[in-house]
Parts: sequence; C-alpha cells; structure tokens
Amino acid sequence: MSTVIPSSPDRKASLKARIFGTPSVGPFLVLLAFCIIFALTNPRFLATHNLSIILQQTVIIGVLAIGQTLVILTAGIDLAVGAICVLGTIIAGKMVNLGYDPVLSMGFAILVCTAAGLSAGSLISALKLPPFIVTLGILGILTAALRLISSGGAFAVRDPFLAWTGNTMKLGGFVLTYGVLIMFLLYGVVWYLLNETKWGRHVYAIGNNPEAARLVGIPVRRHLLSVYLGAGLIYGIGAWLALGRIPNADPNAMQTANLDSITAVVIGGTSLFGGRGGLIGTLIGALIVGVLRNGLTLAGIDPLWQDLVTGILVIVAVALDQMSRRKN
Amino acid sequence: MSDVNSPMAPATLSAPVVLEARNVIKTYGHVTALAGVDFELRAGEILAVVGDNGAGKSTLIKALTGALHPTSGEILLDGIPVHFKGPLDARHAGIETVYQDLAMAPALDIASNLFLGRELRAPGILGSVFRRLDKKRMRQEAQRAMSDLKFRLPSIDNAVEALSGGQRQGVAVARAALFARKLVIMDEPTAALGVRETGQVLELIRSIRERGLAVVLISHNMPNVFDIADRIHIMRLGRRAAVVTPKTHSMNDVVAIMTGAATA
Ligand SMILES: Nc1ncnc2c1ncn2[C@@H]1O[C@H](COP(=O)(O)OP(=O)(O)OP(=O)(O)O)[C@@H](O)[C@H]1O
Ligand SMILES: [Mg+2]
Repeated sequence: MSTVIPSSPDRKASLKARIFGTPSVGPFLVLLAFCIIFALTNPRFLATHNLSIILQQTVIIGVLAIGQTLVILTAGIDLAVGAICVLGTIIAGKMVNLGYDPVLSMGFAILVCTAAGLSAGSLISALKLPPFIVTLGILGILTAALRLISSGGAFAVRDPFLAWTGNTMKLGGFVLTYGVLIMFLLYGVVWYLLNETKWGRHVYAIGNNPEAARLVGIPVRRHLLSVYLGAGLIYGIGAWLALGRIPNADPNAMQTANLDSITAVVIGGTSLFGGRGGLIGTLIGALIVGVLRNGLTLAGIDPLWQDLVTGILVIVAVALDQMSRRKN
Repeated sequence: MSDVNSPMAPATLSAPVVLEARNVIKTYGHVTALAGVDFELRAGEILAVVGDNGAGKSTLIKALTGALHPTSGEILLDGIPVHFKGPLDARHAGIETVYQDLAMAPALDIASNLFLGRELRAPGILGSVFRRLDKKRMRQEAQRAMSDLKFRLPSIDNAVEALSGGQRQGVAVARAALFARKLVIMDEPTAALGVRETGQVLELIRSIRERGLAVVLISHNMPNVFDIADRIHIMRLGRRAAVVTPKTHSMNDVVAIMTGAATA
C-alpha cells in the first residue's frame, strides 16, 4: 500500500474488535491447548520430525476441507468429499496401470472429480434439492461405482509422477513434502478468492441471505454451481496428493473424510448455517484434527478412539456455534 | 381522470413526470390485484402510496420495478415505454428499491452490503487480472454516502447484524440513495421502528429528495405520510382513487377516500 490512513479512534476501536472478534482466535487457542497437552505427556510430540509428520498427515484432510469450507459457507454440506477424492485416485491409478500417460491420467481424474462436483452443484442449484441429500446420494452411488471399477480391492499405483507430491524437501529441520506446499498454496489461492474478490463476497452473501443476494442481482444458481465445481476440482487435486502419500488406490479409503473435513471446518469457526467463517479457521481446524490423531497415536491409543474424540469435537463445535447464534 | 383538484407547490406541479403507469391490470386467476391503475411520479417529489390491506400497493410497486409482469397496461420511464424483465433491469435504469425485508447479508459489514452485487474492483492489473476488490475505496464511499445523508453510525466496519433496526433501515436507504439515478421506491421503510428511529429514516428520505431524486413511499402510517409527502396517491380496489396533497386534505379525508366513504 502506498498511502497510509491516519488511524482515527474509530479505526483503532475496530482493530481491537477485529482481533477479539476474529473467529480464528478461538480455534487457535484450542490447537495450542492440544499441543501443550500432547507435548507435556509425550516428549516426542514436539520433535521436528513428528511435527513434519503431522503436517504430512494433515495434507489430505486439509485440502478436502478447503472444498468443504466453500460448500458450507453457502449453507450447504458435502458428504461426498471422500468418495469423490477416492474416485480420483482409482481413475488415475487404473489408467496409469493400463499404460496411459501419467499426466494425462491424473488430469483426466481431476476432470472427473470436477465433473462430479459440477453434477452435485447442478442438482442443488437447478432442481433446488437439499445439498445434504444430493451429496449423500452421490456418496452412495460412488461407493458402489468405486467397488465396481476397482473390482472390489485396493491396488498399488507405482508411478513417479503420481507419487511426485510425496517427494520431500528440507526446510530447517522440517521435512516437507511437495504435498504440504501444494496444500498451503491452495489455501493461499482460495483465501484470496474468498476475501479479496467479488466471487468470494458473493459466496458469503448467498450463504447469509440467498433472497437478498438474488434481489441485488447476484446470479445465485450460477454462483452455487461454481462453488461445487471448484470444490470438485479441489477434491481432484486432493486425489493427487493422496497418491503421493500412499501409492495405493483403495475403494475403501477415506472413510472418515466426511467426519474429519466437516470437523475441521466447524472447529475452524465456520457456521453450518452458512455465510460466516473462513479459510484460516479451517486450516487451524484441519491442524487440530491432525494433531489430535497424531497425539493419540503417539500415546498408543486405538484409532477407534480417535474417531470418537473427533466426533465429540464436531458436536461440541456445532453446539457452540448454535449457542452463539441464538445469543445474537 | 386523475382528480388532482387542488393547487400544488409550483416546483412539483411543473416538474416533469419521471415514472408513469397507464391503465395497468394484473390478475391472478380470478383475483384482480390491479384493475387498471394509473400512476404518476414527478421529478424531485416524495409521493406516498396509501391504501387498505389488499388495495394493490405492493403489486403496483412490483409492476413498476419489474418484479412482476403486468397482464396489460403501459409503464413509461421519462415518457418512454419500458419493459423490465426483472428487478435488475429497473436498477440499470436508475430505479432503486428498498425492500421491506431490506435485502441485506447480516454477517457482512456495512460497506460490503452497500456495494453488494456492485462491488468496485481495484485499478490496473490487480483488478482486471487478479479481480481484486477495491475495499478501501468502497469503504471510503460508504463513509461518504452515510455522511452525505447525515446518518450517524458507530462504525462503517460493523456487521449489519450488529446494528439496531433503525440503523439497518438507514443502511438500506443509503444503498438505494447511493446508486439511484432517478428514483427510490420504499416499501414500508418505517414499519417496526421506534419513534426516534422512524424520525431518522424520514430525515433520510428528505435528504434523498434534496439530492434531486424522486421518492415513492408506501406506508400505513398516516402521520408519517402527512409529515413528509408532497403528494399522496390513494389506492382503492386495485385502482387509483385519488391523488391529494397534505395541504388540501386532512388525514380523515384520506382515510375516507381509502375506505370508499368519500371521493376526492
Ligand atoms: N401472488 C398472488 N397471487 C394471488 N393473489 C395475489 C398475489 N399477490 C397479491 N394478490 C392479491 O392482490 C391483491 C392486492 O395485493 P397487494 O399485496 O398489492 O396489496 P397491498 O395494498 O400491498 O396490501 P398490504 O397493505 O396488506 O400490503 C390482494 O387481494 C392480494 O390477495
Ligand atoms: Mg403490501
């Protein structure tokens, strides 16, 4: 910025309100609390090696949660997030194993994921069906289709391009995969779209008050379509990151993706009622889920308990949101 | 035809007609909402539209703003027949509407709501390529719009949901005033407001007139209407029963015309 606005008392007050009113402060404190608990109970938790692993483990949920955030901001919900992502891994893996060019295979897989998002969006915006039902239906259809395509079982995918996002680089003791960098890049890009462009403004407006959005001339249906299409594209990229983490295409993978991505979004402070929240919160929320799963694993606790704790977390987060809405 | 049987303020009388409706009919099946209504809004005036429940006020306004298509009849803007396909067409033609439910996104701040659907983009490639919003300019213009209207707000950065009913109404009116080039239509802008807040909104409506815009005000509140209107268009059974002025007619006269107990 070239000009400096002199800070009036009015502006100072609003800065204060911004810090304390920022929805990401709460989630950040929760993240901090979990980190402190795990660090105190296990000295290995804070090792750079372990922190690197947490980031790597957070990548897929982190990326899927970006799409989930967009959908939830419009007052929708996406229950097909994991299924669409798995679809991407199976298509890319299958094609590569059949001898197709890996770049073409991955590109096609991402395209199919985008199309899946687009079809969810079409049903929701054109037929005005509830997002919950549409994405639940797509989840059912894809679950069956995935078994059929992959003839039931998981298969190995060995290709350097598909595994590329799993390559690592060192950054001051930390071992970062390219997947981690892609995740942060995606957060940056979508954050910009949400906060600095008209498109993002309109996502919030539609989630907040769709009738008002229509009356001021926002093409609500077309906009919803673009949101679901964008979410599908992001899930497709998530498929590439998933293949980089585990070179395996498994129709039964990502069973907890719905729970984890919705938890990340909701703990991050985005309201299930739509129109409130944002991506910074979601990133923190995804890290909370990652830290939680990692910390509990380090403590040698059965993964089942991780789902249980995540389940409790999402319910508490929604309850808090509901209570704060009622207060307004 | 029109029974304007009284002398009026010369400025209003000589002012050109901005928006006109001729013999507009709107039927819903067997229900006749508008039974051949005429309407005339002059430049720079505040025209109140009054009438009993079901008289056809809202239907008339919707026909004028493209929110519905009349069964028959003509609508003219500056003397030229227009056919609005939707509210957006009317907005493009310089007509702004303040809807009864205000049409705002409560979680967004005041500036965002003022510019909703008409956001400003940053100059240069930041705007053209990167589609970046010019938040600073929108904020400044929002501030200017509110102070032009002499409307005080705690802070322009507040979310609309943090405002009182009157302040919200003020923001909705300011939005209309900021973008209207010809006229502003308001559907019961003071319903559900307290005395002090009603006063503020009426003040806003006056400052819109001072800026040279014409205002159509639908209201059930007779004291408000008599306080602020230059002329009063009285609806009865889907027709214009009369147009009177607060100077020549009393509230009782207007109510009598509304209910059919008297003619103008
Ligand atoms: N969509 C519709 N379908 C059928 N009838 C309608 C419709 N809209 C309005 N009407 C009828 O048209 C008539 C005029 O309605 P309108 O809403 O214009 O009245 P109004 O003067 O605005 O009343 P109020 O003071 O209660 O707001 C009423 O008899 C109403 O029932
Ligand atoms: Mg009405």
